[in-house]
Formats: sequence, structure tokens, C-alpha cells
Amino acid sequence: MTGLAFLIPIALGLGLLGLAAFFWAMRKGQFEDLDGAAQRILIDDEEDGE
Amino acid sequence: MQDSRFTVPGMRCAGCIAKIERGLEQVDGVEAARVNFSAKRVAVRHGETLGEQDLIDAIAQIGFEAQPVADNPLATDDREQKALLRALAVAGFGMMNIMLLSVSVWSGAGGVTRELFHWLSALIALPVIAYSGRPFFSSAAMALRHRRTNMDVPISIGVLLATALSVHETIIGGPHAYFDSAVMLLFFLLAGRALDATMRNKTREGIGALLSRMGKSARVLDECGGSRTVAAEDLEPGMLMLVAAGDALAADGTIEEGDTALDNSMLTGESAPQPVATGDLVHAGAVNLGNPVRVRVTAASSDTALARIARMMDEAGQSRSQYVRIADRASRLYAPAVHTLALLAFAGWMIAGAGWHQSLIIAIAVLIITCPCAMGLAVPAAQVVASGALAKRGLLVKDGSALERLAEVDVALFDKTGTLTLGEPVPDLDHLTARQASIALALARTSRHPLSKGIAKHLETQGVRPTDVSEMREESGKGLTASFGGVPVAFVRPEGTVAGIATRLTIGEEQVDITFHDAIRADAGDAIRALAELGVQASVLSGDRAAPVEEVANSLGLEWRAGLLPGEKLSLLEDIKAAGHRPLMVGDGINDGPALAAAHASIAPGTASDVSQQAADAVFLGKALMPVALAVRVARKTMQIVRQNFALAVIYNVLAVPLALAGLATPLIAAVAMSLSSLIVVGNSLRLARAAG
Repeated sequence: MTGLAFLIPIALGLGLLGLAAFFWAMRKGQFEDLDGAAQRILIDDEEDGE
Repeated sequence: MQDSRFTVPGMRCAGCIAKIERGLEQVDGVEAARVNFSAKRVAVRHGETLGEQDLIDAIAQIGFEAQPVADNPLATDDREQKALLRALAVAGFGMMNIMLLSVSVWSGAGGVTRELFHWLSALIALPVIAYSGRPFFSSAAMALRHRRTNMDVPISIGVLLATALSVHETIIGGPHAYFDSAVMLLFFLLAGRALDATMRNKTREGIGALLSRMGKSARVLDECGGSRTVAAEDLEPGMLMLVAAGDALAADGTIEEGDTALDNSMLTGESAPQPVATGDLVHAGAVNLGNPVRVRVTAASSDTALARIARMMDEAGQSRSQYVRIADRASRLYAPAVHTLALLAFAGWMIAGAGWHQSLIIAIAVLIITCPCAMGLAVPAAQVVASGALAKRGLLVKDGSALERLAEVDVALFDKTGTLTLGEPVPDLDHLTARQASIALALARTSRHPLSKGIAKHLETQGVRPTDVSEMREESGKGLTASFGGVPVAFVRPEGTVAGIATRLTIGEEQVDITFHDAIRADAGDAIRALAELGVQASVLSGDRAAPVEEVANSLGLEWRAGLLPGEKLSLLEDIKAAGHRPLMVGDGINDGPALAAAHASIAPGTASDVSQQAADAVFLGKALMPVALAVRVARKTMQIVRQNFALAVIYNVLAVPLALAGLATPLIAAVAMSLSSLIVVGNSLRLARAAG
């Protein structure tokens, strides 16, 4: 029983952390341009490597 | 520092993103440029010294055509989608954590542990339901206020009653709490809604990018000889507009200076260009094909011929807003049935002497079990998959209601210019010798004149290499002259009147005429036949003169009507509807707008005018007409899948409801039944992914 006192808050906390991360990503516009994100990995880096 | 946004329809690949962003960042005064590839837009942060026109020129230098976009017009739709996604995330979080606790209860946790877990579940579920349930509660409240019912009413009642019952059970320490069912229901339904919103947004972004391509502003000359850009709605009678070749007129007016040819095909359907000279009346929406002209504005914004058509469209569109979607039609049958059943269960158990507490629990269990989980997914899941498959084939469907109406059409009416035909002048170049062709290309590719651009494009696709010409000069109204190894070469206007549009290539003493024609889309015949196979009879409704319409219609074997005014097209459509048919209108011109708005369903090509794209249910991109037939076929297939989904939902209810009525539905059974039926419905809908293949 005492184990639950730790485990349940930890489980809930991790879940909330994931939720907060999702909200943050959405506010920062991470899902604005999904097609663009797929294309951008094909762009070569600048030659001077900034 | 200020931000400007431009739509760049031409970007297609990763290279384009890099070229535009890096190219713009090298321009003096530009601080940052960021491309949004999905929306085909670029946002530029730049200093005050740079104007919109400078940036458009800079993008043109990089090799792309750009148009400024007003502040994000899609922000509101975007907000709705984001709100749904947030609600979905919260519901997902709640569902997983409650399920974690529920599984322990189902596996046999009893006594204090079970009570603790129920309390924890309540602690998670109540805020989650309050937050994630809002889209449903507000819609249900709205429907009830108007004394109607929709799918959200039984959903809201089910969720709220399940929550209330579970809170009660938790307080009295009862064995069954349905928090997991309530939250799971919200999660599945929100998934359906979020998918639906994503599909609409994606299409709107695509159409929005196309829309802004047409001129919404004009260069206005002031007294001191300078010029500035004025938005169409700010134009006033008396202003002097400078209309360059290739520009669309933003207001009605009379020509003050210059003579040219106007392409009125958007406005009237007329395919041959109209020659106009000083003193002639010209209308907004016409495109200048020839020389730059100065036009004195006589009527602007709401007084133009264009605006009158827009008003006609508004009225014509009324009937479509009364269309009742299949989900709402189903819920009209479904909601009363479910609520009667729950009531009967309550009454039955009361009569059987079970006591009001147990009777109420059973009645609520019936509501939870029948809550339209699969029903809520049945329509959006199928429509999202179908519209995704269609988008891959170049057809953007605006929303689910459009797919439902497309499935019901039984006659198709096509506009001619720009719809059955490509709507752009295609040069006849086969009679040119190789030498003539390479000189023509060398000349044509330097000019921004629409006819030159057409010639250059066709010669380039034929693999012609341009020769070297020097002393290139373009004189507006006269033509294009250059020197080819000492021999003067030129594109000039042919003397006399030639039928249709033509230009003359001269090389020294040598002369050759190049004529242009408006080609029929290559697969028009196949598309018409494909529609006929679906039982949709096609015919042509055109505003063009009889001769060219007859030629196109006969080559495709279609019935035709020519010389129709926008109002006449509209009344013809009303007649067809009154005769009990459900017409599909396919058109691109402004003159088709009222007909597009009035038709049962409508499709416009991607090259169509703004108003037509806004009025149409779907927009097809590219040169093929086949997406029109494909749209009808896939829409019908979608409705078939939707009906199957409904049937699956009904079968599920037939199996599950007796359990609930008998008082045997535990939260475990409810959870399993609910997720299983949802999965089956989604799986069935995924079969549509191959439907457009």
C-alpha cells in the first residue's frame, strides 16, 4: 500500500509532464508546417556551417 | 521591423524552401524569412525601408511568383482545430491514467483500495470532462436552445449522466464507477472531430494559397505622375488605374489611354479576347492580355458588375446551408430511440420491483453503452480517409458535407472556357522550323507578356534550345525586337484582323504567324465517360458564343447551351433542381459563381476565379478533368462505407444493449465494447485509402 503513495503521484506526474510538453509544442508552432518539416531534413547545411 | 506574408504557390520541394529562405535573407533589410511549406507561404521579417513590392521583386529574382497575403485569414479555423487538439490531449491523458486505476479495480482490488482508486479517478475525470467535453456541451446547448437535437445531445447527456452516477457511486462506496467510459467516449469522439477539423484546415490552406493569386489591388496614378498600390476595396470612382499586361482589372472603368485585348473569360465565358480601345467600358475581373492601358475608374468595390454577381451568389447559396448532414439525420432517429430505451429500462425495473437506485443505475448503463461512440466516428473517419485519398489525386474537398452532397448528384453541368478547356492560350507551333523555333524561344523567354510566356513554355517543353540574340527591346504596343547575328528579328502584331489571337514572328524578310487556341483538357472525354458510367449525364452551359461551344460540345458528344448570362445559368439550375434532379456544377468563371453556389454540389478548377473557388465544394488542381469523375465515385464509395459504419454501430448496439437492459453491463464490458466498436469502424474506414487509386 505504501508503494502506491509514491507510484501513483509519479505516474500522474509523468503523464502531466507529457501533456505539458504537448501544449508547449503546440504553442511554439511545432505542428504548423508538418509537410515542411518533412522536407527540411533534405536541405543541405550552409557551407560555412553556421 | 515589420512582418509581411506572401503566398508562393510555386514551391514544390526542399530545394525551394532553402532557395527562398536563403535568397531572402541575403536581401538588404531582411532580417529573417521562414517558409511554411504546407500553406505555401513565406513570412518575412524586414526593416521599414523595404516595401511589399520590393520583396515580391526579390522573390521573383529568386525565381518564384509571390503575392502578398493579408493577415492570416485562417486564424479562426486554426483556433478551432487547436482547441480540439488540446481537448483531445487532455482527454487522452485522463483516459490513460483512469484506465490504469480501473484495470486494478477490474482485476479485483477491493475495499479501501477500490475506494481510493475511485476517488483518484474522480479527481482526474472531473476536470478532464469539464475541459474536454466543452465542444460537445456547447454544441448540444446551442441545439437545445433552438429546440433541435444533434449528435451532441445524446453524447452530452450520456457523458454527464455517467459522470454523475460515478460520483454518486464513489461517495457511497459502490462497486462500479464509469469514469473510464465517460472519458474514453470523449477521447474517441474528439479524435473524430480533430481529424475532421484538420482535413478542413488543410484544404482551406491549399485553396487560400490559390485564391490570393488574382489581382486584388491596382496601381493607381496620382497627379504628380507617381503611382501607388491601392487595394480593390479602397478604389474610388475617378481614380486612374495603370493596368499592365497580365493584370486583372480591380474595378469597372473606361479606357483613358491605350488599346489592348481583354480576356473576359472569367466574367462572361467568352473565349476570344475582346479588343478594346480608348473610351471603351471595361469590367472588373477581366484580364489584360495586350498592352498596358490607363483606366479611369467608374465604379468600384460594391458597385461593380462583379459585386452584383457576388450578391446573386449569396442568395443562391441559401438553399445549401439548409442541407442536413447524414450524422444529424441519423441522430434525429437515434437520440429519441436511445432515450426511450433508457426510460423503458428504468420503468421496467421499477415495475419488476428493483428499487429506484438500481433501476436508475441500469437506465444510465443503457445510456452509456449506447452512447454513440462508433456513431460519432462513423462519418468523420470515413470522410477524412476519403478526402486524404482525393487530395493525393489533386482534388481538395472543402468539408464532409461536400462529400455527402457530391455522392448524391445525378446530372453534371460543365462550363466551357477554363473548365472543359484549359482556359489559357496554347500556341500552334508545329509549322515552325527548328531555326524559327529557337529564335522564337530566345525572344519569348525574356518577355512577361502572357502570349510570350505561353510560347516560351511550349517551346521549352518541346526541348527547343534558344539561340543567342542581342539588342533585345520590348516596346509596349509594338512588340519585341532583337538582333540575331545582324539580322533583325521580332514578334509583331499581325496587320489586319486574324481570327482569335495571333502574333507574327519576323526574321529579316521571313514572316510566320503563330496562332493560339484554347485546348480541350486531354482527358475530358474520359472524364465525361467515367461520369456517364456512374449514371451522371453531363452537358455544357456556357456564356460563350454558340460556335465555339458547339465545337467543344460536339467533340465530346454533349448537349449544350450557349450565350448564357450568369442569371440565366442560375435559373437553368433552379429548373433542373425543381425537376427533381441533383445537379453538379463544374465551372471556373465569375459568371459561374451563382450557378456554383446554387448547385447541389460544385467543383471548380484551381485556375478558377476567387469567387468560384469560394463557392465551390471542391477544387481540382492540374490539367486533368478526371478528378471530377473521381470525386463523384469516391464520394459514393465514402457514403457506402459510412452506411456500413452505421450498420456496424447498430449491430454493436443490438448485441450490447440486452446486456445493459439485463443489468449485466459492468464498466469493464462498457470499456471493451466501446473501444472494440470504435476500432472496427476506423478499420472499415481505412479501406477508403485505396478507393481513389
